Amino acid sequence: MSLQQLASRLQENFATGFIKAVEWRGDLAVTVARDQLHEVAQFLHNDPAMDFDYIVHVSSVDWPDDEERFEVVYEFYSIKKRQRIRLKTRVPESDCIVDSLTDLWKGADFMEREVYDMMGIRFRHHPDLRRILLPDDFTEGYPLRKDFPLRGKGWRDTFEFLDETAR
Amino acid sequence: MGLIQIGRHDKDGTPDIVTTTVEKAVNWARKGSLWPITFGLACCAIEMIAAVSSRYDMDRYGAGVFRASPRQSDLMIVAGTVCRRMAPVIRKLYDQMPEPKYVIAMGSCATSGNIYDSYSVVQGVDRFVPVDIYVPGCPPTPEALFDGILKLQERIMLKRVFLKQPDQVKPSIKI
Repeated sequence: MSLQQLASRLQENFATGFIKAVEWRGDLAVTVARDQLHEVAQFLHNDPAMDFDYIVHVSSVDWPDDEERFEVVYEFYSIKKRQRIRLKTRVPESDCIVDSLTDLWKGADFMEREVYDMMGIRFRHHPDLRRILLPDDFTEGYPLRKDFPLRGKGWRDTFEFLDETAR
Repeated sequence: MGLIQIGRHDKDGTPDIVTTTVEKAVNWARKGSLWPITFGLACCAIEMIAAVSSRYDMDRYGAGVFRASPRQSDLMIVAGTVCRRMAPVIRKLYDQMPEPKYVIAMGSCATSGNIYDSYSVVQGVDRFVPVDIYVPGCPPTPEALFDGILKLQERIMLKRVFLKQPDQVKPSIKI
């Protein structure tokens, strides 16, 4: 199936949720509405013609000037069909939550936790949405957001363990 | 370094009396068997590994016996970028090492944080452990690391073993 056929099949099946499809340098990126994300992903995962059985990557982008500030980007690959697709959805800052895809791909678990940890986007129905990179008591916010100061807010220079071990 | 003064000679010219001070002998023994702790954090560790391997052979300076436990080591070579989350681990390893112990900050990252002026990278390992030698470079070549080790050995020879020096009383570090 060519990328155009793939995109048009998605458009036929999800007339309301489909926002746009961009092909650039042999990669297809489909943007869908947030409330349709899980259904589109389920279709990509289960439909025999699609059969995207491998989740490559989950990431997020911060567009501070846009109305819907955040963008969650999923990348899927079909090992059998050797085909790749990127699925994007926009998330507003006021309601920073998307449906988790861990019920379809178990591999989404850690990557969604990373997005939650670094960007502060929550995932509905995620089985274990905890921090994964930063310590559990990190209070400075979400470091990958554009309004986060590059040098942080002092955490890198506070060593509370020194008081216990200093001699 | 003036370790040994040769005294009276036998008729065939071989020395039979050697005089030195206990302090110098102890320091000489210490500098000749620096056991580093196996501890690499980033690309500097690759150069450190190269320095120990056959081509460069750090064992020539008595510093090739990398130990897997801090309790058996007396030199910590901090090789690589130190993230804030790693800092308590490094401090714990340092605290577990028996005295006398030495720290080499290898490379720009361990020395100053290098270009990584970010929320998570500690701007120099000397903020939470006392550093004896700083080795510049990104990453330093094995030769540069050797220079650091030789400088450390010179430093060890100057240490007082039986008298407390001001620099041996390690103060608690405050930023």
